[in-house]
Amino acid sequence: MPAALEQANESVVSVKDVIKEFGPLRVLDGVGLEVERGQTVAIVGRSGSGKSTLLRCIAGLETVQGGSITVCGHPVGRPGSAARAQLRRDVGMVFQSYNLFPHLNVERNITLALTLVKKESKGEAKRRAAEVLAMVGLTDKIASYPEQLSGGQQQRVAIARSLALQPQVMLFDEVTSALDPELTAEVLGVMENLAHQGMTMISVTHEMGFARRVADVVVFMHQGKVWETGPTAEVFANPRTAEFKQFVGSEL
Amino acid sequence: MSYKFDFEFLAERWPDFVAGAWLTIQLTVLSIALGFLVGTLCALARVYGGPVLRRLAGGYVEIIRNTPLLIQIFIVYFGLSSLGLKLSAEVSAVLALTINMGAYTTEIMRAGIESIQRTQLEAADCLGLTRLQTILHVVLLPAMERVYPSLGSQGVLLMLASSITSQISAEELTATANLVQSDTYRSFEVYVIVAVVYLALSALYRLGFWAIGLILFERRRRLGTPL
Amino acid sequence: MIQLSFNHLIYLVEAARWTILLSVIAFVGGAIVGLPIALMRVSKSAALRGIAWGYIQLIQGTPLLIVLFLSYFGLGILGYKLDPLVAAGLSFTFYAAAFLGEIWRGCIEAVPKTQWEASDCLGLNLFQQYAYVILPQALRIAIPPTVGFMVQIVKNTSLASVIGFVELARAGQIVNNSTFEPFAIFTAVAAIYFVLCYPLSVAARTLERRAHAGRS
Ligand SMILES: Nc1ncnc2c1ncn2[C@@H]1O[C@H](COP(=O)(O)OP(=O)(O)O)[C@@H](O)[C@H]1O
Ligand SMILES: [Mg+2]
Repeated sequence: MPAALEQANESVVSVKDVIKEFGPLRVLDGVGLEVERGQTVAIVGRSGSGKSTLLRCIAGLETVQGGSITVCGHPVGRPGSAARAQLRRDVGMVFQSYNLFPHLNVERNITLALTLVKKESKGEAKRRAAEVLAMVGLTDKIASYPEQLSGGQQQRVAIARSLALQPQVMLFDEVTSALDPELTAEVLGVMENLAHQGMTMISVTHEMGFARRVADVVVFMHQGKVWETGPTAEVFANPRTAEFKQFVGSEL
Repeated sequence: MSYKFDFEFLAERWPDFVAGAWLTIQLTVLSIALGFLVGTLCALARVYGGPVLRRLAGGYVEIIRNTPLLIQIFIVYFGLSSLGLKLSAEVSAVLALTINMGAYTTEIMRAGIESIQRTQLEAADCLGLTRLQTILHVVLLPAMERVYPSLGSQGVLLMLASSITSQISAEELTATANLVQSDTYRSFEVYVIVAVVYLALSALYRLGFWAIGLILFERRRRLGTPL
Repeated sequence: MIQLSFNHLIYLVEAARWTILLSVIAFVGGAIVGLPIALMRVSKSAALRGIAWGYIQLIQGTPLLIVLFLSYFGLGILGYKLDPLVAAGLSFTFYAAAFLGEIWRGCIEAVPKTQWEASDCLGLNLFQQYAYVILPQALRIAIPPTVGFMVQIVKNTSLASVIGFVELARAGQIVNNSTFEPFAIFTAVAAIYFVLCYPLSVAARTLERRAHAGRS
């Protein structure tokens, strides 16, 4: 990963002591995380351990009760603030349920934000849409509607839609867990390519093979805390905590 | 039965019926369009607004839906003018019909807007769309598509209900009928004619809604599947 | 200034009794004619289905006001005395029957097909199937929308005023002719209608919610 080595130490996402509560329930309990430019981080852990919530906090979809989050040096900010507008330029998010806009075709799904947010001309936006669709291997689906695509294709369009806005970091929340194994492979392939091209990525995933192969850093979450973290090979070779050992054992 | 039907008056009076029908169309197309606008705004207020806005929109809907259109029309035409706000019969008709259509549209569009999942709003947020852009480009069209049959039915109901504006002498189709029957004494025949015209208008409005749907909902036109 | 006297209000409230009576006539008449219409709509005979469909299209495509005029003047043609109560009762029956027929058709069709098959296997004839299996189930589905439609009936009885029947709306006009306080009077009239209709609206909504909760 030459890109990662060259620009090491430039922190893209910085999460410090974050506390997130839903009513009486504390879901994130002092979480910290540093992601450097070009790094691929895999967040793993049991269901309910707070992985999605952490990602949603970074994306500004949840407000935190304590601690701080900065992306590219800017705070996450409140909805409608200038800081939030900056965050939207820096962060792309892909969801488990794709969340494509069902009434718009693939091309319009991608160009919508380009024309409305980035104020690009129709021509520019269309060129960009063609470009990112080629990157995810779906050039021929440009005029299709979401319902005409398989789950894997929809998810690749969702990735392309995010990518078109040229974010500094991409967040993926279990993007393959609604998919059959074959379709999972095509989506993971796209993500792996992105990682190799130097995209900074944080990915919540159940795919241990993908985590081992692609991630630079693994974060194991447990009970709302970062229970164990470190360089992928190291962490998997020498799990320190019983919980992670058990988790790795159960995921095999 | 010795009654002889006599439609001879038509030869002379048909232009009156045409003029009445044309006014009915003008009044109701305007009221349906304005009512849709009012209703959509109130529906947005009911779903996304703060507690005060939600209450206001809810109160408006309940008051209008639980009182007769006839009385609403009287309040707008006679009531407002007694308070010093003199409106013509036609303007009063459009105002009352718009308020009425707006209340029903609020409930219909609310159901549509509530059917848009929160994840759609989150996706739009993550792409950087403002709230207004999200409503305009992500929420409204699919919401409308989901409830479009109800909107169309409500539009036809409103067109038919506009006959009530004859009671404040807006010279629309029903008022024309009242006038012609009092001139000719062929009451039954006059109302048969007008009933047929209203039936034709109902069909025309349904056709119109269908055509507008084709233009608005491109995905549906291409694929033919429900959203 | 508002000079609506207590006596005027009493007069309006008393007139509201005629609104209620007309509503009851419309509902009972509509139900008696509407049930056969609904059954015809789901009948195996294409002719019966067609007749019921045509009737519903005809009534639902014509303003109630015009139906009222046609009944009123039609009675005259048939040689009867022009009686506003009879004309209004007839019109509201025609009107309610079309809408109730269409609402109830949907409720009958909402009973699962398997209920027909199961009762058929038990050897029940068509009448028995309807009487003991299908209609009791359809009835439960039908209650919320039927209550909701009652609101429409109550409001639409105001149109009887147009052929001179003195119910609530007409009473409002009469009071207005002597007091010239249209805003106050018609607001009072609207308030009385609201008192009649709002409980029905709330009941319909509550029943609807309960039915949904029960099913899922
Ligand atoms: N909007 C919410 N309201 C209340 N509780 C929530 C909400 N979102 C998540 N939670 C709770 O927070 C905990 C962590 O959820 P989540 O972050 O989705 O876990 P993971 O993604 O690791 O499975 C769970 O117990 C979940 O029930
Ligand atoms: Mg999750």
